[in-house]
Amino acid sequence: MSDSPPGLTVSLWRGAQEGRYVTYKVPLRASQTVLDVVTFVQRHLDPTLAYRFACRVGVCGSCAMMVNGRPRWTCRTHVAKVSAGGRIEIGPLENLPVIKDLATDMRPFFEKWRQAKGSFVPSKTRDDPIETITPGSAARLAADAAIECINCGVCYSACDTVRWNEDYLGPAALNRAWSLVNDERDAGNAARLQAVAGSGGCQLCHSHQSCQEYCPQALNPTRSIAGLKRRVTRAYLSGDLKP
Amino acid sequence: MSLRLYIWQRLTAALMAPLVLVHVAVIFYASRKGLSAADILGRTRGSILWASFYGAFVAAVAIHASIGLRNVLIEWSPLRERPAAMFSIAFGLLLLLLGLRAVAAVVLS
Repeated sequence: MSDSPPGLTVSLWRGAQEGRYVTYKVPLRASQTVLDVVTFVQRHLDPTLAYRFACRVGVCGSCAMMVNGRPRWTCRTHVAKVSAGGRIEIGPLENLPVIKDLATDMRPFFEKWRQAKGSFVPSKTRDDPIETITPGSAARLAADAAIECINCGVCYSACDTVRWNEDYLGPAALNRAWSLVNDERDAGNAARLQAVAGSGGCQLCHSHQSCQEYCPQALNPTRSIAGLKRRVTRAYLSGDLKP
Repeated sequence: MSLRLYIWQRLTAALMAPLVLVHVAVIFYASRKGLSAADILGRTRGSILWASFYGAFVAAVAIHASIGLRNVLIEWSPLRERPAAMFSIAFGLLLLLLGLRAVAAVVLS
């Protein structure tokens, strides 16, 4: 029997859009996360490895990567859960351009968030009284169900429609639009419904539900997109929307 | 896919759902009762009801399938939007032509 500590064989994507998987040996530790593994490689084996992280505790949404072909927050994924036979393959998020190694260019993701009118448009000034929102109203419950997104890009990376159609706005942007559509304080819905019913809009979703399957926050963007489909269809049929 | 096409595809799907059920029921009825071709033609020839039923079915299929094919081509083939749309329109017209020809064959005496 060998005296060396048990090890993990890790394949990491190296390069940019073109590149290859390079294998490293990393010691196994108790309660080790996939982010710990990547950090070990960068600190001890190859300092040129590029990756992105910030909070390490599932708050910032910046460390998402493909782990064994599935998009995950690496900081909240334990090695014990994903290392089949002592091996893990870690790559950059799919459906986004790769800058270097495990770091993707998130600009298309956030640009689509902007295109879907994902910013709150105030309907009042600071001089107006604070609007009373009933927590149990149907609109507020729908907004609350979609609001905990931290824009990690996991759903965008998992989405087949994004993969097949580069114009598609994607689950995160549309989920954000749905939370604002249901925000009674927001005044931007005319432009927002127009935006989410455009050529890359909600009607392109095939309801494969990968977004809700992979969302680390357990959100359901497919349900939000279905809500948008109903809303834009009603608006179109009533003449309020001219796509 | 534009919102307009999306709505057309959903509307034609909603129309086809009951039409498919009736169509399947008709097939079961005809085969269980052992109706011959002459028996069937005897019921369909000159029937405005069957002409409208299958005429609407054919129109809905042609619209629904061509929009679906357009989406498949845009997502899964190298074709861009315009050529995919042209191909799909041609496919829809072919379905319409073949379908209406079949309807005419069983309805017109």
